[in-house]
Amino acid sequence: MAKAQGAGGNRIVQWIDYRLPFVKLINHELYEYPTPRNLSYWWNFGSLAGVMLVIMIVTGIFLAMQYTPSTTGAFNSVERIMREVNYGWLIRYIHMNGASFFFITVYIHIFRGLYYGSYKYPREFLWMLGLVILLLMMATAFMGYVLPWGQMSYWAATVITNLFSAIPFIGHGIVTWLWGGFAVGNPTLHRFFALHYLLPFVILGVVVLHLYALHTHGSNNPLGIDAKGPQDTIPFHPYYTVKDLFGLMVFLIIFTFVVFYAPNFLANPDNYIPANPLHTPAEITPDWYFLPFYAILRAVPNKLLGVTLFFSSVVVLFFLPWLDTSPVRSGRFRPIFKWLFWLWVIDVFVLGWVGDHPPEGIVIPIDRFATLYYFVYFLILLPVVGKLERPRPLPESIAAAVLHAAAPRRETETERA
Amino acid sequence: MAKTLAAALLLAAIGLVPTYARAADPPLPNKPEPWPFTGIFGTYNEAALQRGFQVYEQVCSACHNLSHLHYADLAGIGYDEAQIKAFAARSEVTTVNNKGKMFKRPARPSDLFVGPFPNEAAAKAAFGGRAPPDLSTIVKARAGGPDLVYGILTGFTKAPKGFPMPPGTFYNKYFPGHRILMPPPLHPGAVHYADGTKATVPQMAHDVASFLTWASHPNLDERHRMGFKVILFLIVAAAVFYAAKRKIWSRIH
Repeated sequence: MAKAQGAGGNRIVQWIDYRLPFVKLINHELYEYPTPRNLSYWWNFGSLAGVMLVIMIVTGIFLAMQYTPSTTGAFNSVERIMREVNYGWLIRYIHMNGASFFFITVYIHIFRGLYYGSYKYPREFLWMLGLVILLLMMATAFMGYVLPWGQMSYWAATVITNLFSAIPFIGHGIVTWLWGGFAVGNPTLHRFFALHYLLPFVILGVVVLHLYALHTHGSNNPLGIDAKGPQDTIPFHPYYTVKDLFGLMVFLIIFTFVVFYAPNFLANPDNYIPANPLHTPAEITPDWYFLPFYAILRAVPNKLLGVTLFFSSVVVLFFLPWLDTSPVRSGRFRPIFKWLFWLWVIDVFVLGWVGDHPPEGIVIPIDRFATLYYFVYFLILLPVVGKLERPRPLPESIAAAVLHAAAPRRETETERA
Repeated sequence: MAKTLAAALLLAAIGLVPTYARAADPPLPNKPEPWPFTGIFGTYNEAALQRGFQVYEQVCSACHNLSHLHYADLAGIGYDEAQIKAFAARSEVTTVNNKGKMFKRPARPSDLFVGPFPNEAAAKAAFGGRAPPDLSTIVKARAGGPDLVYGILTGFTKAPKGFPMPPGTFYNKYFPGHRILMPPPLHPGAVHYADGTKATVPQMAHDVASFLTWASHPNLDERHRMGFKVILFLIVAAAVFYAAKRKIWSRIH
């Protein structure tokens, strides 16, 4: 009888674990996984995003069982789900608002990483995998928005796919290829449905890699210094499982409040009008989570340049680990960076506001200025400030900072130095 | 500190996102109708829904359809089977028999509402190119929802001096652009309410806007009831997990 090490008393579990050490893996990665003892509630949003992904996949599978991916049937099938399928309204409202709340969790998760320097050595690849997830999420959300085949679905699909026509020489060919025809139509809807079903599972795969990379070097923390020994860390379970569960309940209260009492608050009413290729809506706006990018797209009067800026606004984040030259991770110890960072956060909200307003009058100069700051922050300010800034002294260790907050701090150089 | 910040940011993230319900163009009446179905405990007033259905059937349905509703759905506003059968039987559906012949039969409760026109093209042709919109999603498909429907039904006035009105258009205070192709549909006494309510224009507008809200959101009552229970459960669960978290973390503090 083979005996597995570390597995519990159950003989079946032991038998399996000797051959496929799954229980051992979970035990190791959850129960023993050493986590910095000072993680704040900002560190809840990774697990919240994971929960949202699962909620989206589960509700999405049930919706797909009732949905008809054809230009004549899509709108009616969504209405049918809302009216006649048992609890269809609930599943659909969870899925529809879940997209927004998924983006809320992911955006806060990214803002947290930006402030505390979670993208720096040795977590550069972890950061980039996260950005791949973001890009996949954007593609998935966009195609999901098209599926109900309302007015905004149709026109958003037309506008966004047309962006590719800005590519010189081959642009129009690419757009026709994407559409599967000479306009957004039935083949477009079919392939968007197929990809909308596929991509979440690709996201799931990249999430596994993201977690693998995370568990290789462990979580960053609000101090941005490495854990130096057992006094700096605590096991993930039960400390962070219970903290995550509490955070999840608070998050779900807000989420379910929107689902039950304001399910269409985040949606555009025009999408309850069936798609009509002959009637362009007065304003075509994307869902709120794309508004800052939409503002960047419209910031310049040149289509190719606008599209380039649009894609660059995400691509620039991939280079962040090398653009930020400061050896100090946490913004807490960076007096100048701190201000520039919060200004950048405000800038993103301003871009969101701009994206929701027609580009006329005062909106245009605000848009250009905000777009300029968005890129200047990454391409000029971060590289320069990292060299010029004199960071505040870092605490000796996590335990020293947490347990003896009042104790005198020794001037130390950074972790990497 | 971090807790407060996190909560503040989350709330801000929700509060700052655009509502899209920018019912500003043109602005709706300052004092909106006191709808009984808004708010956490909001429920429909069944009598108003039934009166609203009467207005729909006797006035609106001359030009508009409710294509996503079945007659049987009217059970949701309190009609019984016999009444629903009678409502359905007033319309005819065209269908095909097993010899391939088209024939007409009275509609049944399991049929979708029968509209005033056999198809979209016929509706367009009858109204010079623009078909009257389907009303089954009208409340969720317009910024302002029931307030806009009520506003338009009560907002017909004379055009201000110098406001150009092409023939066939009517001035409406609350319609975007103010020029609407629909003639004022409601006139005092246009409907004889079965429950004896006096059929004034604001009364009929209120009732039919309520009915159309139900047509857009037939599950609203259930949604509000269930949401209350779910959120109550989550609050208790959050309290339990918070207590557990404090207890567990007290070991290392």
